[in-house]
Amino acid sequence: MKYVVYLKQIRKKFDKQVVLREINLVVKKGEILGLIGPSGAGKSTVIKTMLGMEKADGGEAFILATTMPNRKILGRIGYMAQSDALYETLSAKANLEFFAKMKGISKEQLTNEITHVARIVDLSTSLNRRVSEYSGGMKRRLSLAIALLGSPELLILDEPTVGIDPALRKKIWQELGILRDAGTSILITTHVMSEAELTDRVALLLHGNIIADDSPQNLEKQYAVESIEEVFLKAEESEELR
Amino acid sequence: MRIFAIVKRILAELLRDKRSLALMLLAPILIMWLMNIMFSANSDTKIKLAAVDVPQIVQKNLEKTSDVSIVEYSSQTVAKEKLQENKIDALIVYREKANTYNVTYTNTDATKTALTKQALNVALTKEKITGLSQAIQKLEVIINNINPTSTKSLFVTAGNKTKINSYYKYGNSDTNFFNKIVPILMGFFVFFFVFLISGMALLRERTSGTLDRLLATPVKRSEIVFGYLISYGMVSIVQTTIIVLATIWLLKIEVVGSILSIILISVLLAMVALAFGILMSTLAGSEFQMMQFIPLVVVPQIFFSGIIPLDSMATWVQYIGKVLPLTYTGDALTKIIMYGDGLNQLIGDIIALLIFLLVLVALNVVGLKRYRKV
Repeated sequence: MKYVVYLKQIRKKFDKQVVLREINLVVKKGEILGLIGPSGAGKSTVIKTMLGMEKADGGEAFILATTMPNRKILGRIGYMAQSDALYETLSAKANLEFFAKMKGISKEQLTNEITHVARIVDLSTSLNRRVSEYSGGMKRRLSLAIALLGSPELLILDEPTVGIDPALRKKIWQELGILRDAGTSILITTHVMSEAELTDRVALLLHGNIIADDSPQNLEKQYAVESIEEVFLKAEESEELR
Repeated sequence: MRIFAIVKRILAELLRDKRSLALMLLAPILIMWLMNIMFSANSDTKIKLAAVDVPQIVQKNLEKTSDVSIVEYSSQTVAKEKLQENKIDALIVYREKANTYNVTYTNTDATKTALTKQALNVALTKEKITGLSQAIQKLEVIINNINPTSTKSLFVTAGNKTKINSYYKYGNSDTNFFNKIVPILMGFFVFFFVFLISGMALLRERTSGTLDRLLATPVKRSEIVFGYLISYGMVSIVQTTIIVLATIWLLKIEVVGSILSIILISVLLAMVALAFGILMSTLAGSEFQMMQFIPLVVVPQIFFSGIIPLDSMATWVQYIGKVLPLTYTGDALTKIIMYGDGLNQLIGDIIALLIFLLVLVALNVVGLKRYRKV
């Protein structure tokens, strides 16, 4: 299968509330997909279904040609959640080491991996400090570094650039670009519409449906607007009218 | 091995959290010390009685009883007033015509009431015996007058006082109800403290989001459960040893069996408590809910695990006791402390605890499915 992520008619409800009506979504090898939608649209549920933390009520989810949920495939995915999810009392290095071991990275590669990801997020000099002493931005970066451990084939990033200053945000996007060019597939959710412009493709999630799925440029053309932000507003408007 | 990485991480986290660690290890000692003060306090009950028209000899007998003091009143009205004011514990009125004692108790303290009843009974019995022996002496004089040689020895032996020597198989004359419940209380504190900490442990991992991140790696659910069991198990071994030794030394408990057996049984209970706590924290939605689980899990253990004897209660009540781990620990610890049983004699209790542990561990591994489906 050529798709890294392939969600086929995914349906999910919690109790009686339908969260995902029918989600069809693909991420190809070496592309950045931006998943955009208001809070409560079901972005997190889509991600959780992809990771096998939730099981869909209907439809199928394939990741790297494997039906999810599947435990072993998780070693080839890098995941960064909305919350920082770090062990605050431990040093940044201890956090990285722990998650590297959980991902099954061998002892020989451990140090190399940690040095590598720390350099990407610019934390090389403060690895020995305790996470509780870190600023919000530093925690975010460490969280991203953990997701990057083990050069995963698929990166799932939930709001990765919240609380990161513009200069570093730019750097991170550059790095994501490099990773993409090297063949990594990236699924990213974001609130920052200007960031959505930087993706290869944007999927708009609203009321449990994907209402638009195309490159940012095509979407802007289709809705006859200047930016993704306006695409988003217009799409939402027409959805309300329906 | 992922398990060891998890163990290492949890221990590192615990060691960094100095305050929690200190609380974990010092709180049990403090509680045991407080219990020591509580139970070694002078618990002698003293009663104060009022007597109206009570014969002198009965009054004297009452006064001879330890912890009893008696005041004589000439009129009932005054005495009743004193009773009303709670200055005395009971009022004894003798009606000579009917040869009846009317006793009015304040009855605010059941122990005092019981003690008064007992003291009065003893005093009256003594009075009777005194009367009887006086009659015998008179009889003796009469008989001696009739036949001076034949019966003398009989009355001499009857006058001798019988002495009772008491020997105790366990403890001494001060051994009381408290000594009986200490083994169960000790088990209870082990359970309580370990349950408390382990319940919070996984919960913290969940609320901080690290559990989700952990489950987004290829780690097995069982590896997480065992990681927690091993790391917290190590801490709880230290904690349990402290609780056991503090109880034995601070409360001066006589242990007939071996202290090592006590620690082994307690550690087994601690592991059950640990698995139980982790399971509860999987089920609890928040720290607040976890707090509400604590009395639900802990209180029945006090009621049904043997502190109050269940033999006379309904069968279904006894069955409740059978599904609580503390019942088996209480039984085992009592046998070690009071009868000196060895571990080989306690196989039944040990197997029961192991079954609890196995079931709870299995439930934990399944329970984590709530957060990841594989």
